[in-house]
Amino acid sequence: MLDIVIRIALFCLALAMVALIYRVIKGPSMPDRIIALDAIGINLVAIIALISIELRTNAFLEIILLIGILAFIGTVAFAKYLEKEVLFERERDQ
Amino acid sequence: MRSNNNIILETTIKVVLFIIVLFSVYIFFAGHYYPGGGFIGGLMTSGAIVLLLIAYDIKTVATILPVNYRTMTGIGLLFAIGTSAGSLLFNVPFLTHAFGHIEVPVLGEISLHTATLFDLGVYLVVVGVTMTIIQTIGEDE
Repeated sequence: MLDIVIRIALFCLALAMVALIYRVIKGPSMPDRIIALDAIGINLVAIIALISIELRTNAFLEIILLIGILAFIGTVAFAKYLEKEVLFERERDQ
Repeated sequence: MRSNNNIILETTIKVVLFIIVLFSVYIFFAGHYYPGGGFIGGLMTSGAIVLLLIAYDIKTVATILPVNYRTMTGIGLLFAIGTSAGSLLFNVPFLTHAFGHIEVPVLGEISLHTATLFDLGVYLVVVGVTMTIIQTIGEDE
């Protein structure tokens, strides 16, 4: 029973990923693409969680936290680049 | 010049930074029995420092963390070479590691392994090299 539920959930997440990839390719502006990539990262977290239930292992639980942190760092970096056009300022103007 | 009022980012990073550093330390020490180790732990630590660099600037981060990352790489390599060459003192081949269970007053019996020190060397080298690369690229105008 759980097996079928997990398969269905994985299929739905795969559909969501396809829709997000459409937004990454098509997205008219850069922020659209960045938000789509962020959502792809979060979807990846969900897929890893479902697969680790499917494989009955807890070896992937660190990867979930890791992808969450990496998606956050990447999105913040892209957002700052779009806002300030420089990622690391030498010295902040107060 | 646009205003520099990113208080949400700075406050979020002040909280999130400690979680990331704790996670990287956990993943470093769990490396012997679970997935993880020095490499991914070092990468997560440098990810936390990159987050600081994004929220603040290079000069502020140099004040918060007065670390010379090139020296850090050297110390890491010394750790690696020291733990592997230390086995030669005990008349065993190069890179032979020692381990054992030791009774510690507060923590009780813990298992210690010199491979952890080798892993600490890997950790320091990874943090040092990553931060050197990122800061060198970030500094030039």
